Amino acid sequence: MPLWLFIFLGVLAIIAAFGVILQRSPVHCLLALAFALVDIGALFIGLGAVTVGFLQIIIYVGAIMILFLFVIWLLNLQAETDLGGHLALKFFGAIAAAALVAELFVMFLSAPATDSSRAVPTGYGSIESLARVLFSDYLIAFEVTSLLLLAAVVGSVALARRMPSVSRTERVTNEASKNLGSARP
Amino acid sequence: MTIDFPPLALILFFPALGVVFNLFYGRKAGRGAVNFVGTSVIFLAFAVALWAFAKLRMMPPGGALAFTLWPWISAGNFHVDIALRFDALSAVMTLVVSGVGAFIHLYSCGYMAHDEDYARYFAYMNLFALAMLVLVLADNLLLMFVGWEGVGLCSYLLIAFWYSNSEFAYNGRKAFITNRVGDAGFILGILTIVGALAAHGVWTLSFVGMNAHADLLQPVAVTAALLLFLGATGKSAQVPLYVWLPDAMVGPTPVSALIHAATMVTAGVYMIARLNFLYRLGPDAMQVVAIIGALTSFFAATVAIVQSDIKRVLAYSTISQIGYMVVGVGVGAFAAGIFHLMTHAFFKGLLFLCAGSIMHALEGEQDMNRMGGLRRKLPITYTTMLIAALAISGIPFFAGYFSKDLILESTYTSGHIWLWLLGLVTAGLTSFYMFRLIFVTFHGESRVASEKEHHIHESPPVMTIPLIVLAVFSIIGGWVELPEGMIWGGAFSRFLAPLVAGPVTGLMARPAAMAGSNLSPSLVLSAVATLTAIIGIGIAWIFYIQVPALAGQFAESMRALYNVLRRKYYIDELYDLIVSRPLFFISTYVLHRGVDVMVIDGIADGLGLRVEESGEAVRKVESGNVQHYAFVYLLGALAVAAYYVYLVIR
Amino acid sequence: MTPIGYFMALSAILFAIGVAGVLVRRNVIVMFMSIELMLNAVNLAFVALGRSVGSMDGQVIVFFVMTVAAAEAAVGLAIIIALFRNRETVNVDELNLLHW
Repeated sequence: MPLWLFIFLGVLAIIAAFGVILQRSPVHCLLALAFALVDIGALFIGLGAVTVGFLQIIIYVGAIMILFLFVIWLLNLQAETDLGGHLALKFFGAIAAAALVAELFVMFLSAPATDSSRAVPTGYGSIESLARVLFSDYLIAFEVTSLLLLAAVVGSVALARRMPSVSRTERVTNEASKNLGSARP
Repeated sequence: MTIDFPPLALILFFPALGVVFNLFYGRKAGRGAVNFVGTSVIFLAFAVALWAFAKLRMMPPGGALAFTLWPWISAGNFHVDIALRFDALSAVMTLVVSGVGAFIHLYSCGYMAHDEDYARYFAYMNLFALAMLVLVLADNLLLMFVGWEGVGLCSYLLIAFWYSNSEFAYNGRKAFITNRVGDAGFILGILTIVGALAAHGVWTLSFVGMNAHADLLQPVAVTAALLLFLGATGKSAQVPLYVWLPDAMVGPTPVSALIHAATMVTAGVYMIARLNFLYRLGPDAMQVVAIIGALTSFFAATVAIVQSDIKRVLAYSTISQIGYMVVGVGVGAFAAGIFHLMTHAFFKGLLFLCAGSIMHALEGEQDMNRMGGLRRKLPITYTTMLIAALAISGIPFFAGYFSKDLILESTYTSGHIWLWLLGLVTAGLTSFYMFRLIFVTFHGESRVASEKEHHIHESPPVMTIPLIVLAVFSIIGGWVELPEGMIWGGAFSRFLAPLVAGPVTGLMARPAAMAGSNLSPSLVLSAVATLTAIIGIGIAWIFYIQVPALAGQFAESMRALYNVLRRKYYIDELYDLIVSRPLFFISTYVLHRGVDVMVIDGIADGLGLRVEESGEAVRKVESGNVQHYAFVYLLGALAVAAYYVYLVIR
Repeated sequence: MTPIGYFMALSAILFAIGVAGVLVRRNVIVMFMSIELMLNAVNLAFVALGRSVGSMDGQVIVFFVMTVAAAEAAVGLAIIIALFRNRETVNVDELNLLHW
């Protein structure tokens, strides 16, 4: 992809990321994150991974971010009023993150440079080639992932449901006695 | 020549049987059975000893009967067996121990008739007899030491027999601990001997073996002899370790008679006689032995003349008489020392049994000031005690005369004039305090408490028969050793001669005189000694019969000296000050508070406390804050990345 | 035209921003969002590297990462809901029952 496009998208992504971590209201953070994810999706497409890029936008932004939004609304979260507490942690945390960036830069930039215009096989990034690899080399991982999704579904339902304050038997008994009590000879 | 004689084991077996029976079945079997078994086993042992003695007499001089029970130690070249040896010396000792012991056991049946703990008493008495017989029959030094320790143990058990009285228990402990100090010296002596022999590859502790290699012991002779003698001062109650014996009188009187007069306390003298080849190699050691013996003898006699407890007088008398025996072996007259040991067993045992008889009649009264005029009420006791007093005073033809005379004579002729003089003065003191005892107790007006007056009765036959038997021996017991030329002459010395004059290559200061050098000086010495004894009796007569108030006036005019003697020269207080108190102080403040509490507990508790404190510090890491944990992860990740950076940079 | 290294650098920067977000924010939901940002930064790196080698493996891995991220987001949010019901707060400083 052309360099100017990359720089444009990269800067936008960085600004959006800072927005995620610096906004006060959770909804604003979420919007910034959605923007960043769309941006990264565009970068995917620019790198030739078309399928994955669209999947990113559909699944990540379209489903996961909406899920986040629902939870924020459900819990009725407000904007954070103050930004106090644990200043030491924040300070050293920022420094540690900066150090991490520095180290990663050193590692990446010392790798042999490769051009993104390098020749790729035909159909690179298409659904067909993705499916071909997925169902042959990574078949087992694919199946296991479906199990994982099942577990996630069951788990999240179990975790998030309301626990009744009285047990089931008690409830039934209460109901029954109420009915019986109302029946007069 | 040595003959194997298995029945020797029976001499040990019978008392052992008594111990087992009395200890485990005594209570159930009842008083009669315990009395019978406890006494008869000793008589049986005596009978076997007589049998062995008869066999020994038929053998040429220097012969012995031997029997090995079983091997004990077998380590490389070092062999020690549980083996018995019945030669002339051990024959004398065995007969004395079992014979006198048997009659004292018989006496105990009557004396202890009202005591509830009869089974334990006879068990301990039999155990003592067993240990003492092991001591005298052992054929090697190590087994003898086993018996040595055994009699020490039994002494403790029997002194503290009525242990519910804390003073009695204390005295028992005092006896045991004082003995232990001596035993430490004994052990060091054994080790010195082993070291000296082992340096030349000889690994034996049997008396025969050591005698054969006696020349190897020359370099360590004085050291070993003195160390062993330290043990003897403990066991035989000489200076400096005699302090336990007067306090041991709190035990039952038959115990005092058997252990602290006739047998155990003589073990030290026996040991020196047994190891005479060692002592002859170290004349300096023998000098020390003789001096200590003489000093002890004199010093104890001076204390005895002012004591009013009848058993204490006899206790100090024992210390004094053993001093005589020690002088005897110290000047080289080993046979004379053993001879006095034998006669002393007779008359001192008798004296204690008579004292017991008096106490039995007066329901436990021991203070002579509350006695008097018992002559008519206790005729048998009076007669036998008088005989014993005459014997101990050295009146001619009684047993003590021959033995004491032999020792004094040997002391003089071996050149120890000062020691002879000391011994002479002591003889005078001996007869004085002995007859003081007789006169105060049996003569004069009765000072007995009125409620006891009516119950005074002579002892039952089971107690008076032993008195009579011992009295007979107090008369004839000395007739085995007569001056040269009279009837059979020095038969006793001749009997022991092969043993106490072995092949030794050491030199002595003066030749030992076991028989008189020539007749006239011997008679003169004898006469001087007898005269001194009679003077002693005479002074006692004046003080206590003629002019009774004289004793009191004498004591008043020399109040200070009287008190010093009465308080036994304050030696007990001195030992308490310089030994006991520092020891307790160190134990309590240094070892207990300092080492035990501060150091050891400090380390143990401190370790626990440090662990607790470190735990307290570490648990602060658990803040419960997820971000803190995430930060730590990040630091870890940074470290891993830093490693890769390092690889890349290189 | 753009070297793959630039993509990696961008990925690193986004990752670090996500890390900072985890450490700095006190709202649990926003922390969670920062974690999603980190995941996406890694996805970017995978795709870029896959492109540089010329194989589909990078994209397949991204596929799986997305799936797992979805599952994780569902379960995590369910936990947060349950937590909110019990504690009435999403402030991380107050969610410290495992405190010593």
